[in-house]
Amino acid sequence: MPVIDKRVGNLLVWLALVTAPFWLVGIGGYVELGTRVLIYALAAMALNFLLGYTGVLSFGHAAYFGLGGYGTAMTIKYLYPSTPLAMLVGIVVGTVAAGLIGPLIVRLRGVYFAMVTIAFGQVFYFIAFKWSSVTGGDDGLSAWQRQPIDFGFASLDILGDNKALYYLVLAVFALCVGAMAFLLRSPFGRTLMAIRENERRARFLGIPVDRHIWMSWVISCFFVSVAGCLYALLSDFIDPRAIRWDQSGNFVIMAVLGGMRSFWGPLIGAAIFLVLQDYISSHTENWMSFVGLFFVLIVLFFPRGVLGLIKRRNGS
Amino acid sequence: MTTLLLFNIVNGLIIGAFYALMALGLSLILNLSGVINFAHGGFLAIGGYLAYTLIPYVGFWGALLISPFLVAFIGVAIERVLIRRLYGRDPLYSLLLTFGLAFMIEDGTRFIWGAQSLPYQIPGALAAPLSTSLFFLTGYRIFMMALVAAAVIGLFVILNRTRLGLRIRAGTFDLETVSVLGVNVRVLRNLNFGLGIYLAGLAGVLAAGMLGLQPTIGDSLIMPSFISIIVGGLGSLPGTLAGGLLIGAASGITTVFFPSASEAVIYVIMAAVLIVRPRGLLGEEGRF
Repeated sequence: MPVIDKRVGNLLVWLALVTAPFWLVGIGGYVELGTRVLIYALAAMALNFLLGYTGVLSFGHAAYFGLGGYGTAMTIKYLYPSTPLAMLVGIVVGTVAAGLIGPLIVRLRGVYFAMVTIAFGQVFYFIAFKWSSVTGGDDGLSAWQRQPIDFGFASLDILGDNKALYYLVLAVFALCVGAMAFLLRSPFGRTLMAIRENERRARFLGIPVDRHIWMSWVISCFFVSVAGCLYALLSDFIDPRAIRWDQSGNFVIMAVLGGMRSFWGPLIGAAIFLVLQDYISSHTENWMSFVGLFFVLIVLFFPRGVLGLIKRRNGS
Repeated sequence: MTTLLLFNIVNGLIIGAFYALMALGLSLILNLSGVINFAHGGFLAIGGYLAYTLIPYVGFWGALLISPFLVAFIGVAIERVLIRRLYGRDPLYSLLLTFGLAFMIEDGTRFIWGAQSLPYQIPGALAAPLSTSLFFLTGYRIFMMALVAAAVIGLFVILNRTRLGLRIRAGTFDLETVSVLGVNVRVLRNLNFGLGIYLAGLAGVLAAGMLGLQPTIGDSLIMPSFISIIVGGLGSLPGTLAGGLLIGAASGITTVFFPSASEAVIYVIMAAVLIVRPRGLLGEEGRF
């Protein structure tokens, strides 16, 4: 018997997220950190849709995260200053790119899939890095700002009020997470898990495995590009480091750290990772060594993640 | 124009030889142990830096001889302590571990040797151009090509003519059977890892003279090495070699006509190969 009922657990998670801006400062955090946790959690949960629930190892998700971010930033800077429009463009760009690359990779498995996704991810890094007249190159794309959102009857000032931004991000997060939960509970989601558990058997049952993996890949990249849009909006800035392979690694480690087989695992992983990163990088210049050590320690001693460990202790 | 084209093809082949040297090491480890060694670029950097430190004491030739062995030794130690524990588990974990190692090695080299690019002395005899019309053919470039060729030939001699090589090749096909036949698979994988890292170290000593020595020296080489393996075909070392040279030459030729696309062409080739022949040029059917 689990200690906490699933429904109570969900309620606790949402309660914590909704009230976060009020207690975060009290325990030494700041609202922006909470927003960042939500954004990275969304990215890591999106990755986990593919990694944990379909069993496909992608190491290139930063590409679609970055495409979402660049799409958003470039729309506001060059086309039209509207936050919703910019997000729409970012999401479409990221998802379409993933949809196009999908057919090239869905037949590959395991390490091979991982290698090819890393390599394809770097394509977008190079474009962002080299095409400096448009993307700002290594310096990134700055000198633009997220715009207040006009609902007609009211306007949400996400620029000056960081709590408003937090709640906007939370709303998007809730929508996306709800959609993912819905998909995973649907027959489609169950099929994905069947593929994860035994691909050959799924194939013999007549499931078009490659097509399902392609769909899972595109859905996963869709949500990760949503996270990318929010990421660009949060800092009013995006640079090629958002696309680089180490960012993909961060998403994976968040999912693993929290627990790949748990729905909320990546959220826990993102929170632990970002709080630690925030703390370490303000105390030492050698934060890279610590992040690296962190990776090694998690793999060696914590491969099931926080929630995986709790689950096992409860014997379920 | 012809000279320019020739220059860029030669240049591309030299870079391609580096890709191949690195990719062969990666491939060896991947084939036998199923581990993608993300820290390979880090080992390359260590090779370059150790050579830099050794040159004042033993000269360039001594460093060229000693440094790769030291790197291989570090690799063997890391395999024993860390990577060995992950064999047989989801490849996700070995990827994450070598990811972390890559971070630690990059930061470690920065901590020890500093972030600035270090001056790297190559022997004067090698630095001079061989002829005025073919000005780009400095002795160092020819020397690098010759050395990479020697290393590759050496590797294939080891694989095809020695007992260790026989076991590595057999283990690539069926490790379990090799183990049942009485080969100590732990030692085999350990030595194989060392061999792969030796190649990275050697590439590091050579590349430092051409690319300049800095902690991120491996970064520009690791991705093309991955692509060499993908293009050449997983599981095939000759394929990896061909893949490296092919993308090197292709990027050299592209430099002449569209300089800004010289990186992109590598990825275009990869995409084309994946569409036409997903297992890679010389890869075996159904291996992955």
